[in-house]
Amino acid sequence: MILDGKAPTGPIEQSWDKHRFDMKLVNPPNKRKFKILVVGTGLAGASAAASLGELGYNVETFCYQDSPRRAHSIAAQGGINAAKNYPNDGDSIYRLFYDTIKGGDFRSREADVWRLSQVSNNIIDQCVAQGVPFARDYAGYLDTRSFGGAQVSRTFYARGQTGQQLLLGAYSALSRQIKAGSVKLFPRTEMLDLVVVDGEAKGITVRDLITGEIRVHTGDAVVLASGGYMNVFYLSTNAMGCSVTAIWKAHKKGAFFGNPCFTQIHPTCIPQAGEYQSKLTLMSESLRNDGRIWVPKKKEDCGKPANQIPEEDRDYYLERKYPTFGNLAPRDISSRAAKEQCDEGRGVGLGGRGVYLDFRDSIHRFGENVIRERYGNLFEMYERITDENGYKVPMRIYPAPHYAMGGLWVDYNLMSNLPGLFVLGEANFSVHGANRLGASALMQGLADGYFVIPYTIANYLKDTKPGKVKADHPECVKSIEDVKGSAKKLLAVNGNRTVTEFIRELGTLMWNNCGMARSKESLTEAIAKIPAIREEFWKNVKVSGTGDEFNQQLENAGRTADFLEFGELICRDALHRDESCGGHFRVEHQYADGEAKRNDADYAYAAAWEFKGVDKEPELHKEPLKFENIHLAVRSYK
Amino acid sequence: MSAQTSEHKTMSVKLIVWRQKGPNAPGRFETHVAKGITEHHSFLEMLDVVNEDLIKQGKEPISFDHDCREGICGTCSAVVNGVPHGGQVRTTLCQLHMRKFKDGDAIYLEPWRARAFPIVRDLVTDRGSLDKLIQAAGYVSCHTGGVPDANAIPISKPDSDYAMDAAECIGCGACVAACPNGAAMLFAGAKVAQFAALPQGQVEAPERVAAMIRTMQECGFGNCTNHYECQAACPKGIDVKFIARLNREFLKALFKAKAGTFTPVGE
Repeated sequence: MILDGKAPTGPIEQSWDKHRFDMKLVNPPNKRKFKILVVGTGLAGASAAASLGELGYNVETFCYQDSPRRAHSIAAQGGINAAKNYPNDGDSIYRLFYDTIKGGDFRSREADVWRLSQVSNNIIDQCVAQGVPFARDYAGYLDTRSFGGAQVSRTFYARGQTGQQLLLGAYSALSRQIKAGSVKLFPRTEMLDLVVVDGEAKGITVRDLITGEIRVHTGDAVVLASGGYMNVFYLSTNAMGCSVTAIWKAHKKGAFFGNPCFTQIHPTCIPQAGEYQSKLTLMSESLRNDGRIWVPKKKEDCGKPANQIPEEDRDYYLERKYPTFGNLAPRDISSRAAKEQCDEGRGVGLGGRGVYLDFRDSIHRFGENVIRERYGNLFEMYERITDENGYKVPMRIYPAPHYAMGGLWVDYNLMSNLPGLFVLGEANFSVHGANRLGASALMQGLADGYFVIPYTIANYLKDTKPGKVKADHPECVKSIEDVKGSAKKLLAVNGNRTVTEFIRELGTLMWNNCGMARSKESLTEAIAKIPAIREEFWKNVKVSGTGDEFNQQLENAGRTADFLEFGELICRDALHRDESCGGHFRVEHQYADGEAKRNDADYAYAAAWEFKGVDKEPELHKEPLKFENIHLAVRSYK
Repeated sequence: MSAQTSEHKTMSVKLIVWRQKGPNAPGRFETHVAKGITEHHSFLEMLDVVNEDLIKQGKEPISFDHDCREGICGTCSAVVNGVPHGGQVRTTLCQLHMRKFKDGDAIYLEPWRARAFPIVRDLVTDRGSLDKLIQAAGYVSCHTGGVPDANAIPISKPDSDYAMDAAECIGCGACVAACPNGAAMLFAGAKVAQFAALPQGQVEAPERVAAMIRTMQECGFGNCTNHYECQAACPKGIDVKFIARLNREFLKALFKAKAGTFTPVGE
């Protein structure tokens, strides 16, 4: 099937304004008759629930955390982009639009990216009005800084905790609506199924994580803002509870999955220190401004303390391979280069999975105090985790899975192919193409929640009758039975291996075969192996406790079961996309210098996969991507 | 000192950990041994090791709250040897590493203990009362859209920095757990101070402080008697000066109420 993204036609500058006028509205007194279910309380979910509540809709919002304020948006460090052009350095909506399309390696929809760039300015206004303490200069005006993939200073920030401050802003707006009674909050509640009636999303089945109660919530529309799926690699920068579950359940009920193989690996994370490790910690990419990246030239030097390796035996491989960009080469290139060195046996630290990030020369040039002033908090964090003093010995870093550009397929209105199912933020596939630029994730989450969904949801609701589906509907009853059944099944296996052992096994396979570098062979191997792990899981997993109590093992088991199905889809998508673009790197397709080699003739489309059953091949649908404003070109930052 | 040299050294520690099935079930201490722990294990990864063992033995693993494991979400919460988050300065439990302990150490592990935080299970508590405080008035009442340009109101850098110092709170509740009175004055003070320092928040300042203090009492939080244990336990180093600000804002609101320029909601 050829999918239609329903992007407006005509001049791009007027596309969103015109579309807003063309869409129908819901009469204010009628709004409270509609119930909207919002899953997830990160930037996208909290801002959506708050804004919809303000408009007068009857909103119910759900999160697996004990408080909406703990959603993983909170961990974003760097900042949020906007085309304010406050520094007068040549920024504009058009430039932000251009940078985002190009950064995504030409695999996103133009109209969506334009809209994102246009509303980026409203986001900053909104957050300031909420009392978000952005960094300011001495005149009292907002300060900005530069980020990767842009030549202007358009990133607004709040120390190293921009995500936290923006989320607390959205959480405060949400809290105000909870007090007002327009939003009802269900914390420690996990969505485990989507209820679809006559092809439309009309409810969700959830598990109360404290009592274990499984029940249905019906509504007139469902909004998923449940985040990304990078924990399919087991070790990632995501929080422990992040999972694919909500969107995977929706996918199994008919929602198409868009570009699952577009995953971002962040180059500067603290390397794994042992088998037992549970997560990876990111360190701001800004460190690469003053640190030099190297590995020993000789394998036999790898075990030696760094300070005993003489200058001539060090290989500053980024400077050697990419003389123009050097240590500031783009994320995907830096990540892959680090992997190459380690694969050659020249990595450092435990298991040879690390490269040095050395501040010796900068400290020599500027003095330790200057470096401390610039990055003191990062050195502190590094020392807390590794017990090493980055001023005295080089830091060790290694790339880590970080962000999912892929997600459920949505049209311009952020509605999936299932009417009534809307998907926001990292959970959808829309604006980042094959690679996301730094400081754009926060922008997208808030754009979707504050400024897109409040308009586009009305266009769907205007044609629906409120309260069509009640909890006693056969689809609701069946959904509850299914969810109860799978929990029962998980508890009944009573095998010999823990849930963690399975997710670790899957994650290792995904990382080795579908991580930074992918090939036909590696992907074919993974597609053959994953079903075997899945089968073993359902025969031999051990989940303790019962279903009707607080049971963290059962929660993890359910999420892992979904990852075991989903991992296969990423590999299939990566295998089918026989080109390299952005974060998707097929070793068969590269230029002599290691740059990703795109194939626009055959792959300038978004891949949307339809679920056909576990152990069955999914069906591929395509949405062709048209570039009417920006010319397709080889992405180059040289 | 580096990962290269010490990967083989391991230690064992004895955990004396609080087990409790539910809010109304009786609780008790249980002893477990964590073996094969390296200095690079985080405290929570040490608990993971213990739990994997328990599951394999067919026993119930220890329930504990955790999520981001990088010190920002505020989910992790346990009292280690009597100190919330374990006592390393400005460090959450998830960022505490086992190199701070010695082979053979006995470690007491308990949940947050406060009237306003009922126990859910083992080390997990219900901190919904902190959300209630924010719902009471911890916001600026602006609608989405219809706000002025972000640079329309300049805010002095010292005021902005002061607001950010307060806004860094991660809402973990360690301040309440550390306080002999189970007070949430540091948590509430930080929110009141953040908004009181900014022009956007000043309009509603009297209503905000009045509503938050009333809600603190309703939720069962105690009062401040200047022990400063909250500041010592806070993993983000939130300063007790924000409690003073809370009191000052409350007094201001009282005078305003007396003068009739402000009527506390619901009174």
